[in-house]
Amino acid sequence: MSEEEKKDYAESPINLEYHYTAGSATTRFLNQVKEGKIVGQSCPKCSAVYVPPRGSCPRCGVATNIEVPLTDKGCIESFTIVHIPIPGNPIVPPYVCAMIRLDGANISFLHLIQGIDVEEIRIGMRIQAVWKPKDEWTHSLENIKWFTPIDEPDVDVATLRFQES
Amino acid sequence: MSDQKDLLRAPFELAYNYKRSSGPLMSKFFDALADQKILGTKSSTGKVYAPAAEFDPETHESLSDLVEVGPGGVIESFSWIEEPKHHHLIKNPFAFALIKLDGADTSMLHMVTECDEADLKIGSRVTANWSATLENRITDIKFFTLEK
Repeated sequence: MSEEEKKDYAESPINLEYHYTAGSATTRFLNQVKEGKIVGQSCPKCSAVYVPPRGSCPRCGVATNIEVPLTDKGCIESFTIVHIPIPGNPIVPPYVCAMIRLDGANISFLHLIQGIDVEEIRIGMRIQAVWKPKDEWTHSLENIKWFTPIDEPDVDVATLRFQES
Repeated sequence: MSDQKDLLRAPFELAYNYKRSSGPLMSKFFDALADQKILGTKSSTGKVYAPAAEFDPETHESLSDLVEVGPGGVIESFSWIEEPKHHHLIKNPFAFALIKLDGADTSMLHMVTECDEADLKIGSRVTANWSATLENRITDIKFFTLEK
């Protein structure tokens, strides 16, 4: 570091330590993720399936008490190709963060896509979870290392829009 | 519905590795700390701000006249911490104190330790103790102790 740079900047890290309490819906979800199962929750009124579930339907304002086992297959609803490295992040750019819409779910969640040239990623592309070895499973969606494309026809983008029932 | 005791709970840490630009004047203040010197800035009215201030809050003029202050000073106010928490830099009982350094007209916040609560008074004389490793940071002043 040059003399000028040394004068201009001071390291000023900020740390926030806290405890996260998952709540009943997330606890049920994560307990099943630990067993390698993805279980969403369905709204008894509008039938929307939420994964990960938060315990209530934001549209109807009712508890989502119906559990819906889901597959680890789905499609890319939206994605970002990340080119800029983030300090402390072990993943080397370029890599892809995508909103994953699992089959049978009405909402998506964020995860990584690997195993394909980033230029070939597209909305509607079929993907499947790549799991870590079973003995590494914890209460975390990080049990899934990433999602990778599978050899199935793309999903029609129109079907990804929220379906009024 | 899960019982309260069955809910998952886990510790998390949110950390940002910020680099802060200290600017041309404050850079000199931080550099001086590594030379075990504390700098203030002198206004055209003769008032000395310590730690150094970039602007005079009264006249609004830009300040650049750096003067050395301390390392001794007087406690203007303090708050005793009998049981430090894990994030405090001092593990023994200590005080956060506003210290008016010799030669300064304003006070700076720092820590006073190696004493009992009863030893501290508003007006007590203290002096700076320096850290073993100097890194151009305010923590280069390890803490203040009562003058012998």
